[in-house]
Amino acid sequence: MSDHYQLSITVNDTQYQREVDPRLLLSDFLRHELGLTGTHIGCEHGVCGACTVLYDGLPIRSCLMFAVQADGHHILTVESLGNPENLHVIQQAFWDAHGLQCGFCTPGILMTLVPFLENNPHPDEDQIRHAISGNLCRCTGYQHIVDAVKLAAEYMHS
Amino acid sequence: MKPPPFEYIKPSSIDEALVHLAEHGYDAKPLAGGQSLIPMMNFRLAQPAVLVDLNNIPELSFIRRDEQGGLSIGAMTRHYMVEHDLLVAERAPLVSEAMPHIATTQIRSRGTFGGSIAHADPSAELVAISVALDGRFQLRGQAGTREIDARDFFLGMFTTQVEPEELLVEIALPPMPPRTGWALKEISRRPHDFALVGVAALVTLNGRDQIEAARIVLFSVGDGPVIAEKAGDLLQDQPATQDLFRAAAEIAGTEDVDPSSDIHASSAYRRQLVKVLTRQALETALDRARESVN
Repeated sequence: MSDHYQLSITVNDTQYQREVDPRLLLSDFLRHELGLTGTHIGCEHGVCGACTVLYDGLPIRSCLMFAVQADGHHILTVESLGNPENLHVIQQAFWDAHGLQCGFCTPGILMTLVPFLENNPHPDEDQIRHAISGNLCRCTGYQHIVDAVKLAAEYMHS
Repeated sequence: MKPPPFEYIKPSSIDEALVHLAEHGYDAKPLAGGQSLIPMMNFRLAQPAVLVDLNNIPELSFIRRDEQGGLSIGAMTRHYMVEHDLLVAERAPLVSEAMPHIATTQIRSRGTFGGSIAHADPSAELVAISVALDGRFQLRGQAGTREIDARDFFLGMFTTQVEPEELLVEIALPPMPPRTGWALKEISRRPHDFALVGVAALVTLNGRDQIEAARIVLFSVGDGPVIAEKAGDLLQDQPATQDLFRAAAEIAGTEDVDPSSDIHASSAYRRQLVKVLTRQALETALDRARESVN
């Protein structure tokens, strides 16, 4: 009963045309159809934040949206930030401040932080903790993540 | 953890959406922000045969002032828009105060004002607040439009007056009376998690600095929003004192609610939270009523 739908979507500034089943989640579309496996899938019910991507510039849970709904919209995933030879400034700060251990939650946290640091260039600790409160990390105890965000803010000013 | 198959329909107007809802009846679900419906589908707790996606209907997204000093909000207005809206802050500050409590930033990018209300989760802030503020909901079907008061709208857990062929299209929030203060207090185990107990309170003062009226609406303590009527009655026409607030909070926690126990909190703990949060909410609302200029 579920027909396929033509989907035209811009991901990391590249346009893609695909046919999708409407029930395909945006998170699975990014990983399985486009091979962008940086977007991680944790809980699939909107609690863990691992699948956070930017949808027209706003952070969203990609597991709580169908790919077909993103027709005509712009998505940015963690692959849009940097690469191992040339890290994004927030990624560099996470590296330098040991802001990750296993790294599973990191892509979602980075994508949450991109708009946060744009809107809050001088965040205090409370604001940082509030900003990442929708992203679960089971390794770090968050302390080094908070340090990394402070460092990222410093890097962005220098 | 993957949603079941469904037929997807993407109307571009309210009228077009209503045609599809009328055609499919109980088989169809309107898809608003999807921040509750999609997790339920991922868990297969919900298996609608047809989804009517409301995300491409611009006429459902707006925040407008009304001539009486209140405002009306389109059902598909997203939480983040309401959260940062200056008109909402001016005319419905209780709503602005509640917005940061609604889930996480990522959820508020997508979730909608009307979607939260139509979902009717007993722990939802907007459900309780719409009752506290005497909101009126506009429902539209092919047969026409009808309006329902917020206090008559919620029938039980996840159940409202909306018929399968109808849409909640607009929420009207009248202005608060002069010299009215507001407060929202809630306790949750983690930031942004469902409230174990929450309280929305309004306190209106008369010219003699006595309480003219107090409205206390509790959430996460029953099948829907609970108006603490006995506590409200106790406060009416009384001078606002700490002892009075303590007595009203005691009544709210003992007589106005009958909360159930679950994995998150026992009934006794919820009653205790009702007492503490009600007193705190009344005190904050009183302070704001005294500060208000009009």
